[in-house]
This record gives sequence, C-alpha cells and structure tokens, in this order.
Amino acid sequence: MYNSKAVIAGIVAFLVICTSPFWANFGSGDYKKPEVVLPKKPECIESAEFMRAEHMQLLNEWRDQALRHDNRQYVSSTGKKWEISLQNTCMKCHNDYEQFCDKCHVTNNVDPYCWTCHILPKGSK
Amino acid sequence: MAKLPTPQELVANRPAFPAEAWLETKPKFVPGSYCYPAKKETMEALHMPHPHEWDPAADDWQLPENWEKILCDAFEDRLKKHRSLKLFMDICVRCGACADKCQFFLGTNDPKNMPVLRAELLRSLYRRDYSMLGKILGKKIGARSWDYQTVKELFFYAYQCTECRRCSLFCPYGIDTAEITAIVRELLHEVGLGLHWIMDPVKNCSYTGNHLGIKPHSYVEIVEMLADDCEDIVGVRPKTPFNERGHEILFICPSGDVFADPGIYTFMGYLILFNELDLDYTLSTYASEGGNFGSFVSFNMAKKLNAKMYEEAQRLGCKWILGGECGHMWRVINQYMDTYNGPTPSNMTTPVSPYTGTVFKNAASTKMVHIAEFEADLIRHNKLKLDPSRNDDLICTWHDSCNPARGMGLLDEPRYVLKHVVNHFYEMPENTIREQTFCCGAGSGLNTEEIMELRMRSGMPRGNALRYVQQKYGVNRMACCCAIDRATLPPLADYWAPGVTISGLTELVANALVCKGEHKRTVNLRQEDLPHLDEEEPEGNEGE
Amino acid sequence: MLNSLLVVALVAIIAWLGAAIGLGSLFGVVLPYVAIVVFLGGVVWRMVWWAKSPVPFAIPTTGGQEKSLDFIKQAQWDCPDTTLGVVKRMFLEVFLFRSLFRNVNAEIKQDDPVNGGPRLIYYSSKWLWVFALLFHYCFFIVFFRHFRFFVDPVPGCVSFMEMIDGFLQIGAPRFYLTGGLLLVAVLFLIGRRLVNPRVRYISLTQDYFPLFLILGIVVSGIAMRYFLKTDITQVKAFVMGLVHFNPISADGIDPIFFVHVCLVSTLLIYFPFSKLTHMAGIFFSPTRNLPCNTRRVRHVNPWNPPKDFLTYPEYEDLYREAMAGANLPLDKPLEAETKQKSGE
Repeated sequence: MYNSKAVIAGIVAFLVICTSPFWANFGSGDYKKPEVVLPKKPECIESAEFMRAEHMQLLNEWRDQALRHDNRQYVSSTGKKWEISLQNTCMKCHNDYEQFCDKCHVTNNVDPYCWTCHILPKGSK
Repeated sequence: MAKLPTPQELVANRPAFPAEAWLETKPKFVPGSYCYPAKKETMEALHMPHPHEWDPAADDWQLPENWEKILCDAFEDRLKKHRSLKLFMDICVRCGACADKCQFFLGTNDPKNMPVLRAELLRSLYRRDYSMLGKILGKKIGARSWDYQTVKELFFYAYQCTECRRCSLFCPYGIDTAEITAIVRELLHEVGLGLHWIMDPVKNCSYTGNHLGIKPHSYVEIVEMLADDCEDIVGVRPKTPFNERGHEILFICPSGDVFADPGIYTFMGYLILFNELDLDYTLSTYASEGGNFGSFVSFNMAKKLNAKMYEEAQRLGCKWILGGECGHMWRVINQYMDTYNGPTPSNMTTPVSPYTGTVFKNAASTKMVHIAEFEADLIRHNKLKLDPSRNDDLICTWHDSCNPARGMGLLDEPRYVLKHVVNHFYEMPENTIREQTFCCGAGSGLNTEEIMELRMRSGMPRGNALRYVQQKYGVNRMACCCAIDRATLPPLADYWAPGVTISGLTELVANALVCKGEHKRTVNLRQEDLPHLDEEEPEGNEGE
Repeated sequence: MLNSLLVVALVAIIAWLGAAIGLGSLFGVVLPYVAIVVFLGGVVWRMVWWAKSPVPFAIPTTGGQEKSLDFIKQAQWDCPDTTLGVVKRMFLEVFLFRSLFRNVNAEIKQDDPVNGGPRLIYYSSKWLWVFALLFHYCFFIVFFRHFRFFVDPVPGCVSFMEMIDGFLQIGAPRFYLTGGLLLVAVLFLIGRRLVNPRVRYISLTQDYFPLFLILGIVVSGIAMRYFLKTDITQVKAFVMGLVHFNPISADGIDPIFFVHVCLVSTLLIYFPFSKLTHMAGIFFSPTRNLPCNTRRVRHVNPWNPPKDFLTYPEYEDLYREAMAGANLPLDKPLEAETKQKSGE
C-alpha cells in the first residue's frame, strides 16, 4: 500500500463517521421503550393503534375545524360524537402531560407546538 | 489531401447521435479519419513490441496471435502501476459535465468523443474483468469483452484526443482523460499499433537528438543561417554557442523552432535576446529537442527522450536549463522530468537570473526555467529596452496552449511579456482562455496532414474564438508559446479566421527589443516592413 | 433504465411482502447488519485496492496561475503549491463542488448573422451544480436527522437541525424541507438523464439504479412519515435494539418501515461495488490532491525504470566526423580516433 499514512487516516475517519449510530450511544446504557401512564377511562375517541400513528394529524385537523370552520363536533369512526377540544376532550382523560405526552415526544425528539397557544397543563414547567 | 468543406458545411454536416447504444456502434476507418500507421522499421529501431506492417482501413490489423492476453496483461500491469487509472475506472458517475468541454466532440458530434465515453471504451473492458456484476450481467451494465473491433475502436478514439485535459478541469472528481488516453496508447503499442507521425519523430529524437532528425552539422548550419538573418535585420550578429562546456545555462527549445516557419522567427528571437543580454549559455546538438513525442507513446518513451536534457547539462557543467516555448515539452518538464530522470546532476543549482538576481524558487528541484518566466522577470526589472511600437502593425491575442495552461499554470507570465512588447492586445472570450483554454486540436501527435478535416473540426472552438476577436477588434496575430501550435494554428487560422497569423512570444519580444549597436531597424523578424517607418524617418535623421 | 426501476420495485415489494408474512426480523435485523458490514468492509477494501497502486507522477490539473514570480498573482485556490493550499482546494471540491461550478454549456450556431458563419456560444450552466449540491446536502441532513432514532437522549444538535428543517411548521408531523428538496433533487437528476440527449446516451443501468434506489428510499420515508404512518415509539425501540446489538421483536411495526430499511440496506450493499465510491474516491484523485509544486519538489515514482537512452558518448560515436566538420567541440577528438585506428 502506498501513502499508507494518509490512506489509513482516511479509512479510520470513514469508519468512525459511518459507525457513529453505534457508538454515539456509548455509555448511555440499554434503551427502554418509554412506558406511558394510561388514563383509567378505557375509551378514547378512536382505537389506540389509530391514535398512536395519527394523533398529530387529528389534532391539526381539530384545530382547523374548531378555529377556522367553527365546527366543534367530531364524529368518530364508530359514529360516536365528540366535542372538538384539546382541553375539554383530550386532556380530560390524558391529564398527565409528563407521564403521557412527553414520554414519547422526548425520546423521539418531537416538539409539538400545541403549547404556543394552549396553556401548558399542570405538572410541567 | 481531400478538399475541405467550408466552415458552414463542416458544422452543418456533423451527424446526429446514432440510434443504437454506443456499445453497438463501431467506427468507420475511412481515409481522413485516421492517421497513418508507424512503419515496421521505425518500430524495430525503437525496440517496440510486435513491429509489423498494417493498414488501419484493412479488416485484419495483423495483431499477434495472443493479442488478447497481451492486452489484458498490459491493462492489469497499468492498473497496478497507476492509481489514477484504477480510480478513474471506478468513480466516474457519468454526470456528463465533460461532454461539451471536448473540442473533438464539439467538432464531430461523435458521442464517443465525449470524454466520458472515450474513457467508457476502456471502462467497459475493466468492468468485465474487475467487477463481479460486470462478469455476470455483461452488456446490460456496459461491460464487454476484448475483441478485434474493440481494439480498433480504442485506437480510433485514443488518437482523437489531444490529451489537453480540458475535461479534467470540469470533472467534479478530476478524472483526467489525458491519463486514460495515454494509457490506452501504451496498451495499443503492446500489440504494435502506433502512428507514423509520432513514431518517426521519436525514432529521430532517439538517434539524432531531435524530432526532425537534423544531424549535428545540419543543426549548426541552420542556426548559423538564422543568425545571419538576425544580422541582416538587427545589424548585430548573435553568438551561436554549440556544445560548449562551462556555461551557466543550457538552452533547450523544441526543434520545430529551428526548422519550421513561423517557429524560426521565435528561434531568431531567442538568439537576438540572448545576444543582447550577453547570456552565458550554450545550445546543444545532442539535447536539441525540447519537445517530447515520447510522451505521446508511453511514459517510458517520454523518459527515454527526456533523459538527454540532464545528461547534457551534467556533461557541459551547466548550472541550470532555460527552456524554450513549447507546450507538451513543459508538461513533461513541469510534471514528469524530475520524477523520470531526477534528481538533477550535482553540478546544477537552483536557477538564478544573472541580470536581476531573481531566484526561481519554483524551479528549485527541476532547475529548469520557462523563457516566459525569464523574460517577464527581465521586463519587470527594466533590463530590456523595448519599443513596442515596432509591433504596432499587429493586433494580438494570446492563445494559452493546453499543456502550459492546465499542466503547469503558466498563464500570466506570457501575458505580462506580451503586454510590454505590443501595444494592441485583446483577450479571446473567457471560456476559451487561461485554464479553460481550447487546444489547437492537433496536439499529442495528431498534427498530420491526412486528418486535416478532423483537425479543422477539433480546432473549431479555438478558431471560433479567434474569429470572434478578429471581427470585434481586428486581431491579426495570435501569439502562443508552443511549437506544435505554431505548426497547427496557421492552417486552422486560415480556415476559421483567415488573415490571422501565428507567432511565438519571443519573436514579438525580439521585434520590440532595442539592441546595443543595432542599425536602424526597417523590417521585423519576418522581413516585413516595420510600421511607422514613414513617420519616424525625418525624426530619425535629425536625431542621428 | 426500466431494468433498474424494476429491480428497485422488486426489492421494495419483496420487503413489503416479507414483512407482511412476519419476516420482519429478516428485513429489519439480519439484512441491515449484513448491509453495514458489507458497506464498511467493501468501502475499506476499495480504498485499499486503490492505495495498493502508487501515484507514479504528480499530475495536478492546474486550474489557474501557478506560483512563480513575486509579481505574478498565484491562483491560490485552484493552483495551490502547499499542503495547506491543497487542503483548501479539496475542501472546495468536496464541500462546494468547485469543478462542477465551472460548468458552461457550449452551443453551436450553424449560421450566426453577426458572425456570418458558424459560431460557438458559451452559457454559464449551474443547474447540475445546484441540484448536485442540494442532493448531497439534503441527503446528509436527512441522514443526520435520523440520529433521533439512534441515540437516546437525542442530542441538541439533532433537535436544532430538526427545528431549522421544519421551520415552515406545515402540518403534523411537521414537514421537513430537506426531505422534499431531496425528492426534487433526485427527480431532477433522473429527469436530466432522460431528457438531455447527451446524458441519456451515456447513461447506463448502474446510473439509474442508485437514483431509483434513493428515490425509493426517499419516497418510502416520506410515505412513512406523512401518509402510511407507523408507531415510531416502537420503531425507535427497535432501532435502539439494533444499535445496541440487542435486537428486539419487529412486531407492531408497519411493513413500510421494512421497505424503507430494506432499500437503505440495498444501497449500502451496492455502494462499495459501484460508482458511488466516488464519495471516497474524490479524496484519492491525483489531479486534485497533489500540490502544484512539481518543479520545486521532486515526486518519486516507486517503479521508475532505469534510464535507457542514447548517451552522449554514443551520440558522438555516431556523428563524430560530421561534428568535427562543423567545428563542434568533441569529447573524444577525431584525430585521436583516426590515429588510434592507424596505429593499430
């Protein structure tokens, strides 16, 4: 091999950069999937699977309906009617912001802008 | 030579891209599309592999029986020797940025003259032998086997590239087609395929010291004759030292300058300048060639022809070498010479200008200085008495030759000199000068008569730029610092911009140079009347 | 062209079906590990393969005025003569695509009225440069954003990048500019291969394949984020299992995730054996990474063959008489030779 110093330095740099996903975590211990504290009331507006994947879009839609179209009524897939309201519908049950919302949002680095308008619920800074 | 089409016809009759993929098309060897092959005796005299008689237009090129193995082995050998080759085979992304940078492509519209496809001709062979997918998928991914047609195709396109490196400037990875072309030519030589126009000068240079095969006594005779002409013109006969020991400087220029019009005027310029400076120098009949047609053959042949320079500097005890105006000569000197034949002999030292004391630190190892650098330094220090009005009949432009431009970076030195020796100077459009310069279209051994139409095609971008300044500013002289240019540009100018003449830089310097003891100059180095003669005459009479 | 599109589609379909029938761990665990090993090993192997050949000659392309006389201004960026200068030049090449920036288009007019004949006109043409830059930088940022799945807690720089990238605050999940721009850039790169007749002519299967592959990756990523959806908390847990070498079950993750991962893995496996190695190759390029000081510093060729040429004594032997006739100085005078001969 020729110019081995430069080449080896290059190879090392390449390996270090490209394996960064593996060592970027080094020393932080095992990762545990966050466990959210679920509210006692069993019924949500839609199924848990749907809500996990779609809640952000639903909330966006609710915002538009309530504020831009003055529509405060949501009909769920089961036909049940709910009031469109973050405070009065969602947070009535999901009242622990830290133990519920933040759990996933923090680990996945999601920074929702709900609270630029809404008042942050109690128990959070 | 067949009659040339008019420029309009030439541009109009460029064929459209073929409908078939490039792997399916084959070049047609019709007269005018190829250069004549090297003679068997020439190849034998040079101990080249497999010398034989052959005809490019014939079906059978009389290759040795095991030609495929020879070529495969040679290719493998070159891959082992040149990282550049491996790299350039691997990393091209075919972005196409190089396509319209090649003057051969612009002039012929032959897709295989796009630098990317020129390299792809070899890359397709590389793929078969050096990539797993290529072995399995073959043509589907542009891999192919060696066959007779492939060899012919490589030959066809390796000699439609002047190794000018314009594409390498624009390539995002710096892929240098000159490198690929040079290696393809090396490979072809392994099976005895070479050009007459290249190999004959190489043979001459090997045995007589210069490409033209001028023997020592004739060389002396020609130079003396030129010195006589200088005397007639200037009134002072310049010294012509040959093969003398103990001088500080060995001067080497391309032999074309001694022999061919308009190069001879540049040579007369050297003589007049050196005489005026009383330069402590010698010429050599042994190292009487600055150019290096070996560099159009193989790296080793270039080394062989180049070796004479240091050998002669050592024998004559010269401290450094001054190099004349030549393009590919300077590519070799600037980027290869020291590697080939260095380190320099112990008697050589870092060049210092005897008149200005300038140390040419940039030539500390090679110990060879370009005459444009030398002249620019002299002018900067007011060591030359110049009367640029003697060149007032000339409206000049400057042609950057490809090798000094992209293989050396010699751009502003000649301009500095030129602007001091002529009063009318105009640049050609910016995309055609300096590092982006277009070459003459016939470098690297392609300046033969039999491919004149091809030369006019490849010279189109240069010719077009020249025509532009001719029409806009009335340019009637294109100066350059390359002997091949001085041979190839006159027909090119006649074709694309009739009325423009070509000259070297030092010719213009010597025209303007006011020498000690000179008689009243009435003609320039070409024995043409000087401008302002009528106006100056009464003034001159009064003064003297 | 179609071949490559088909292959990419096939890879995606296989991954989809595989994940749907419960082979999630094959596409989500085994394949990524294999891909990473092949990618790292392959690229290192490729670099070593290049490095095994020497650089016999210093052949930098001088992209401007060389360093020579004091009063001549050197083009420091394009014709550097020092190592630091070369580092600068390489920086421009690698991070700003300097050479591509020079690009001009040459157009031949057959009959130009001004010129009274054919004329060549040059136009500045920066589109390739713009989209190439856009493509590479967006790709990098998109990759960098993915660190939110690789690291916990998520570092501030990643959050910052996400904030910038999503500053338009369109929709939820927030629209990332780079994702959209990457899609646009890939489509441009594919489009120019199809539309520009020259580029179309030189394009090979292996030019379309990585573009379609990357298109597949981008589309599947965008689809997963904005349309098809999957439970990203589960995805993060799964990915963290991978980076901790402690894979967990792939249950509960939508097949689109495996399509995405499988396409990325394909790209990684394909990478070292293709033109994509230009990523490492640019650093090896002798026309760019060598200083333009070739007359000042001697470059050594390890296989430099011994000198073999017509030496001066041999030359003199060939032409002694003629040289004597022309009164050229001789090392071995003619008289001596003739005397020697007659003496014998």
